[in-house]
Amino acid sequence: MRILAQQLILGLMLGGLYGLAAAGLSLVFGVLKVLNVAHGELIMLGGYAAFFVVALSGLDPFASLLLVLPLSLLLGVVLYAGLFGFVVRAHEETRVKNSLLIGFGLALALHALAVRLWTADERSIITPYGGSVLRVGGLSIPLMRVLILALALALIGILHVLLTRWRWGKAIRATAEDWEAALLSGIDVRRAYLLAFALGTALAGAAGTLVAIGYSVSPSIGLEWTLKALIVVVLAGLGSMIGTFVGGLVLGAAEAVSAYTFGGPYREVVGLVIFVIVLVARPRGLFGR
Amino acid sequence: MLEVRDLEASYGDLRALGGVTLTVGAGEIVALLGPNGAGKSTLLKSIAGLLRPRGGTIRWDGHDLGTLGAHQIVERGLALVPEGRRLFGSMTVAENLELGAFAPRARPVQAESLERVFALFPALRDRRTQLVRALSGGQQQMVAVGRALMSAPRLLMLDEPSLGIAPRLVTAIFDALLEINRSGVGVFLVEQNVHASLTLAHRAYVLEGGRVVGEGAAAALLEDPHVRRAYLGPLAVRV
Repeated sequence: MRILAQQLILGLMLGGLYGLAAAGLSLVFGVLKVLNVAHGELIMLGGYAAFFVVALSGLDPFASLLLVLPLSLLLGVVLYAGLFGFVVRAHEETRVKNSLLIGFGLALALHALAVRLWTADERSIITPYGGSVLRVGGLSIPLMRVLILALALALIGILHVLLTRWRWGKAIRATAEDWEAALLSGIDVRRAYLLAFALGTALAGAAGTLVAIGYSVSPSIGLEWTLKALIVVVLAGLGSMIGTFVGGLVLGAAEAVSAYTFGGPYREVVGLVIFVIVLVARPRGLFGR
Repeated sequence: MLEVRDLEASYGDLRALGGVTLTVGAGEIVALLGPNGAGKSTLLKSIAGLLRPRGGTIRWDGHDLGTLGAHQIVERGLALVPEGRRLFGSMTVAENLELGAFAPRARPVQAESLERVFALFPALRDRRTQLVRALSGGQQQMVAVGRALMSAPRLLMLDEPSLGIAPRLVTAIFDALLEINRSGVGVFLVEQNVHASLTLAHRAYVLEGGRVVGEGAAAALLEDPHVRRAYLGPLAVRV
């Protein structure tokens, strides 16, 4: 029983990162109706960015977010201007198809580029306090992962406030719901698309930073993170960032339980089973509107 | 003043508008009548910038609107209440109204606009924190008209505002349109409720098969034999 509880706690902590990774994908998909399958590669880039910021400047790894966030916002603007801005010109029905082609192309290119520049080795950020462990009732909770979970939750909270309080945040939600009605309200929908894509990329960068701190990055982690994010988006549904975060926690917990019950290899299966069950039983997801 | 000249629009090979010419003067109420599929909604969407016309010109106070995006046309003072209301259902009444004032020109006067909307539709004041999708159809239409008014328009265009709404609320909305017009805002109204709209309007156009087939003073059209036969039916005698 204690082993299960221990696994569950670790699963929830990883799940917080799933939630953060999914939030960016969900935002971009919900607003632009574009499925960015290179989202995991953006997370990978964020991880490397954090790694090099810490390695070169000696900053505290969590402080590296202050550099990685603006950098990834900027990357989002560049990617939108150079690639995804063309996809949203197409009709909504053809956007997903076109975005899949562009996304897979981008994913392959970024993966190859990362191998070329940084080799295929795994890297992770080591900190002096990285080994600290909190002991609660016989359970061991790594301090780093607690901080990571708290930071992921804080970022989701900030995003939620942006989307519900900020003028352009409301415009982004309006565009997600009905872009024609948004235009008729005087909203420059293209700008809402750009902002949503940049925010989504910034979320990927933040997730990547936390992955590099608590886990590890290598050029090939992209696909796995895209897949996890996609499962969480389907599980949680569109429209609520907090719902998406909870969806991430659910996936993390489910993975831990299935790994404990059926053995390690089944960790990866449960997400796909959830994916299929949700699509059949509740296509709008747990929290979808 | 809105001047539409020789406007052509099509969906693929299907021609929806075949050279429409009409004007809406400043502060005027103009009704647009016509059967389903005549191109009424297409005309409004073209003016609002949601559809690129195939030919012809749309001028507003002498300036061509042709190359502007829909959000820029709102900024110029034209607002459209679209068919089916198209509100942001997962947001509150207040948020919908606030988003209506998104255009830069509308923002400085947002507070006054909001008071104006609540004065027109007092029912909305108490419901401002409610989600829009929880409202009745008529109340939703009030929000839709209110959202368009929040952009401080000089011309308000409405696509079938009475569709699927309880008669009592239709009266409330038409009264509001009259009130809006009295404050100097032009109204361009597409309606199935021909009798009510001709009673409200100063002038009207009849659109059939993508062309203007009749126009005139609203009072005269109410007596026109073709209009009576086609749009008012035998009950029209009861005025």
